[in-house]
Amino acid sequence: MEKKKLVIGVIGADVHAVGNTILNRAFLDAGFDVTNLGVLVPQEEFIQAAVEVGADAIIVSSLYGQGEIDCTGMREKCDEAGLKGILLYAGGNLVVGKVPVEEIVRRYKAMGFDRAFGPGTDPQVTIDCLKEDLGIKD
Amino acid sequence: MKAVLLIDFGSTYTKVTAVDVDTEEILGTSQSYTTIETDIINGLNNAVALLKEKIGDITFSEQYACSSAAGGLRMVAIGLVPELTAKAARQASLGAGAKVIKTYSYELTERDLQEIDQINPDICLLTGGTDGGNKENIVFNANMLARSKGKFPIIIAGNRNCADTCAEILKDKQTYICENVMPRLDIPNVEPVQNKIREIFLEQIVKAKGLSNAEQLIQGILMPTPSAMLTAMKLLAKGTKTEEGIGDLVGVDLGGATTDIYSMSFGLPTMGMTALKGLREEYAKRTVEGDIGMRYSIHGIVDAAGIDRVSELSGLDEERCKELVDYLSVHTDVVPGENDDELERIDFALASLAIETAVTRHAGRLEQYYSPMGVSYMQTGKDLTAVKTVIVTGGALIHTKRTAEIASHALFTPLDAMSLKPKNAEVLVDRKYILAAMGLLSTEYPDTALRIMKRELVKDGTRN
Repeated sequence: MEKKKLVIGVIGADVHAVGNTILNRAFLDAGFDVTNLGVLVPQEEFIQAAVEVGADAIIVSSLYGQGEIDCTGMREKCDEAGLKGILLYAGGNLVVGKVPVEEIVRRYKAMGFDRAFGPGTDPQVTIDCLKEDLGIKD
Repeated sequence: MKAVLLIDFGSTYTKVTAVDVDTEEILGTSQSYTTIETDIINGLNNAVALLKEKIGDITFSEQYACSSAAGGLRMVAIGLVPELTAKAARQASLGAGAKVIKTYSYELTERDLQEIDQINPDICLLTGGTDGGNKENIVFNANMLARSKGKFPIIIAGNRNCADTCAEILKDKQTYICENVMPRLDIPNVEPVQNKIREIFLEQIVKAKGLSNAEQLIQGILMPTPSAMLTAMKLLAKGTKTEEGIGDLVGVDLGGATTDIYSMSFGLPTMGMTALKGLREEYAKRTVEGDIGMRYSIHGIVDAAGIDRVSELSGLDEERCKELVDYLSVHTDVVPGENDDELERIDFALASLAIETAVTRHAGRLEQYYSPMGVSYMQTGKDLTAVKTVIVTGGALIHTKRTAEIASHALFTPLDAMSLKPKNAEVLVDRKYILAAMGLLSTEYPDTALRIMKRELVKDGTRN
């Protein structure tokens, strides 16, 4: 079967590269075709990349607390760019302050993200979710 | 003596350069009007006759030619995302010496199709999607192109997984399948496309444009003129196996209708804390500013830089500047005479601003970011700050005494500190107008062409 294609990166003015590198490795090992945009990635760049590579999912990382601002309107832009229904994940330190994970998930789902993951999530959790959402059977 | 004749069929002039490859000397140059309407050979014969008046009746053992006559190599480029495949397609075409009439992205509309038929390009470059990436868009556009009335050849250089599908859709057209212009995101792969463009140019376009008569006389027209320029500059920068080049450089060709900028440099960041964004740049890059030129596109210079700057640099008041600009836009063959102080001043201002605008557009830019680690930067395009040589050519630059002063506008200025132009570069002037000729000569005699360029391109002072 053709590999499922992921576009990953760290959004906004965030330069935290470590988690991004770990995720890149983990997704590759799990058998995905990964396009890694690295750090400091604007919304537009995620979307352009996803259009051009024909991505199945966009996975946005953010560690510096401004993720909520950076992710606002992303789903709408995806729709606009012809990526209607593309799988959209976010993970990291997604909001400012100590907020329960359920609340984070609620806020990100309200923005049109399919899933959101709190700090310290094991990459395997995300991989399992991807397999489920993309209908990949082991 | 072994004399070689190098010919540049330009849109206006046919320029000839005679070189003795034994002594590695330029024997002479001359020019005459291009005669595309009758037979291109006439203009060439006139130019050669003029040349022989100067240097005597010598026999040429070899002749090579490049051409930008009959509109040059006219192309349209089609991609998916404007900043990605469409940009890569455009850049690949420009690098092959083409004149890109228009670049299209996303799905072609009926109107676009009509426009393409109207443009009737020499070559259409169809791209879109990385390998394994988006298929729908390029297939849609192939279906659109299948309905075009034009007979132009189409190069298919998009997602390799649907190249055959596209060729099948376009089976009534002349198609060429080529490696993807962007097989992975942000990594353009322009060389295969450029080779294909050159192949088509040699096989068909030379003939179609009535240049093939010249072929009997010459060992073929080798390449479009901008491609010869690019070849020369790349050789000068990189050198050959036996002869060292002069290193990274920026080239400026200021014409009447357009301004071409070349850079031979990878343009990687020279400062710490700088992340690279966007398409990876080719070592040899050419951009064309279609709205910036000394006569036909004179208004474009004023639009881009502002009449106040023209006034400031020329020392003439704004009203007078406007009058002169209008006058020159109509009287395109006017050049400043010996004692025509006013025209000389306005041309100085316009040339300076044309170069400033065109090089600023060509060079990369920095954006500042505040991160947890302090100030960091994002670089788009090439960092040319460390480039040590700027080469200038074009009538407005080689026929003035203030070349160095004009060329200094290609350099970095603290007033626009985020624009990554050369900081401390020496200006070399192509006084004899030999760059394209040396590009041609280098196909057979690279060492000779390099040594002649090193000697003939003259220093014209430095700044900073």
